[in-house]
Amino acid sequence: MTKAQEAKASGAAKAAPPSKPSVPQTVPPTEMTGAQALIRSLELAGATDIFGLPGGAIMPAYDPLLDSTILRHILVRHEQGAGHAASGYAHATGRPGVCIVTSGPGATNLVTAIADANMDSIPIVCVTGQVNAASIGTDAFQETDIVGITQPITKHNEIITDPGQIGRAIQEAFHIATTGRPGPVLIDITKSALVANTTFSWPQQFELRGYHPVLKPHSKSIQEAARLLATARRPVLYVGGGVIRSGAWDGLRKLVDASGAAVVSTLMARGAVPDSHPQYLGMPGMHGTVPAVTALQRSDLIVALGARFDDRVTGKLDSFAPHATVVHADIDPAEIGKNREADVPIVGDLKDVFAELVPALAEEHRKHGKPDLEGWWRQLNELRETYPLGYTPTDDGHMAPQHVIQRIGEITGPEAIFVAGVGQHQMWASQFLPLERPRSFFTSGGLATMGYGLPAAMGAKVGVPDRTVWNIDGDGCFQMTNQELTTCVLNEIPIKVGIINNSSLGMVRQWQALFFNERYSHTDLNTGHGTRRIPDFVRLAEAMGCVGLRCESEDELDATITKANEIDDQPVVVDFTVSRNAMVWPMVAAGVSNDEIQYARGVAPVFERED
Amino acid sequence: MYKHTLSVLVDNQPGVLARVAGLFSRRAFNIHSLAVGPTEHPEISRITVVVDVEGLPLEQVTKQLNKLIHVLKIVELEPDRSIQRELVLVKVRCDVRQRSEILQLVELFRAHVVDVTHESLVIEVVGTTAKLDAFMAALAPHEIREIVQSGIVAIGRGSRSITERALDRPGPASAGTE
Repeated sequence: MTKAQEAKASGAAKAAPPSKPSVPQTVPPTEMTGAQALIRSLELAGATDIFGLPGGAIMPAYDPLLDSTILRHILVRHEQGAGHAASGYAHATGRPGVCIVTSGPGATNLVTAIADANMDSIPIVCVTGQVNAASIGTDAFQETDIVGITQPITKHNEIITDPGQIGRAIQEAFHIATTGRPGPVLIDITKSALVANTTFSWPQQFELRGYHPVLKPHSKSIQEAARLLATARRPVLYVGGGVIRSGAWDGLRKLVDASGAAVVSTLMARGAVPDSHPQYLGMPGMHGTVPAVTALQRSDLIVALGARFDDRVTGKLDSFAPHATVVHADIDPAEIGKNREADVPIVGDLKDVFAELVPALAEEHRKHGKPDLEGWWRQLNELRETYPLGYTPTDDGHMAPQHVIQRIGEITGPEAIFVAGVGQHQMWASQFLPLERPRSFFTSGGLATMGYGLPAAMGAKVGVPDRTVWNIDGDGCFQMTNQELTTCVLNEIPIKVGIINNSSLGMVRQWQALFFNERYSHTDLNTGHGTRRIPDFVRLAEAMGCVGLRCESEDELDATITKANEIDDQPVVVDFTVSRNAMVWPMVAAGVSNDEIQYARGVAPVFERED
Repeated sequence: MYKHTLSVLVDNQPGVLARVAGLFSRRAFNIHSLAVGPTEHPEISRITVVVDVEGLPLEQVTKQLNKLIHVLKIVELEPDRSIQRELVLVKVRCDVRQRSEILQLVELFRAHVVDVTHESLVIEVVGTTAKLDAFMAALAPHEIREIVQSGIVAIGRGSRSITERALDRPGPASAGTE
């Protein structure tokens, strides 16, 4: 190995979180089975909690798992739950999540969770059992080509048939999952490799000749970015999930303060900048705030930080931020220039980017003075005053879902973790939860996986047991993965689930109302007030061993939330029945320009000054 | 049509070709031709891929390829600074009366006859795409029974070796140009 590669290999060991101190970090060559080697590797790679469900091909690994004093295994009720729990764990802790399942259906049940983690760049390591090496390709019992299936949705994957390769593969998996742009890595291990004997040692030597994430940004690009930031008159920092993945929020804060620029943060980066920060304008995009969307449209400089110009943010790409020069900093060079051309590309870890950009900007300010942003802020503040986030009262006597979510956030406070499902409630959660901390809010962004919220909240609570964890879920989402409540009860994982129950697939219903002439095709779920309430969420929760609460009117709202917060020894499910007519606003309809943003139904902002 | 010839050096491991080919299809990059084989280093394979890029920067193709863990290096081979060849085997109907005419064509194009029967010939032609197209056009009046064509393989002119430098360099892989 070259020096650089050696440095990387040792860096890999460091990248894993510190294990409990009693764990020896080196193991001399020792005889053991492949299964034992797998369990030892997971322990030595730093895993402490793993989510899984055994089955035929992976059973040999579950035997030594029983003896592990380091790994806490959480038996899920569906493999998808294991995958999302691993993601939630990674989101909340910054450490890789781990899940372990069997071959065939066990592995295919993980596919959605893997695709989800891939879209949102979440470091998870998935271990799947595989049929005996001799049976591969014979359509053996519970055989699927999971490496083939997950090739497009993993950062990397590999099949292991030789027990001597298990340790190397697991160490590589943790390294690849957590370095560079994080992502899911799947290791598929044949049953024959698990039961065979091997000589195991740790750490393993590995060499990845084709994998060299660039961490240090190019100083020329940094200088150029600093110069632009110091001279722009309408600058916007466009903050994406990369800031969270990198753990770079302190550096971001310095840049925000030093630049005086407007700041918007995507769904994946909510909380990276505190909502209370005076320069923070909210979330951009399809359901972003008018000030955030408009700031980007009118900006003369966008500094994109770990964001990827997703279509939900840009709207119609051709008309997105037409006057802006773009500085694009990302650890993944393939993101730069993919959707929007970058005038100044910066490839690097955002921590390193901020470490260099902040002093470079200070130097520009020292030499040339600070730019005059007064006119820009006058415009933005006017937008903030005229178009704050809000909602109209309901007309059917039922609670406004936005109000329910807002109160959950306000009563619970910013120290909690909020995990949203997907749909209207997700957007309202992003809009109305008061967020002050990074890693305090997450949701399925890129893939928008309904059913993500509950198991991800479970994973978060396992990773950060001292924090209150609320899953803000929809009645549709909840019905996809609520079996993990059983897992929560039996493993003493006291999460709180607030079902924002509008008795329908709300986001689809909203689009049907707006774009399909109010023809509500198959979006009625019959879970709310005035319906048969199938299922009855309170009774369902109770049947699973949770506390079930129902809240149907605003008079009970605060008391119900407080009661849910007071129960900390078992999971609580609250059925908040809300009006089904509420819609998510503002909105930029799909495929149109962000200039066409609607503040509320039929209400477009009036932009008086264009300068 | 904007065609680019890329030499992609990869770890010689099972499944790598599937990863590369899969990436092209799922990112909607159109492969015109693809050839794979071993190199002078047993642990490295070389994929030569000709990609049609229309309305899509080549840069995005190479950046996405570079993200594959087993891709070591990508080099674009410009036509005028590289040797590019492909091979065609053509089975053509040919009795005694037609033989001299076809053999003349074979001679003209510096092709070879590699199999003869009373009623057919198999001709092997190696060359650039343009040469092969011209040969096929010349052969068109005759009855072609079967054609099989290889992917393009390409190598840079001059003494420099891209494999050597791929092994030397631990730095970030990027698409260089030869």
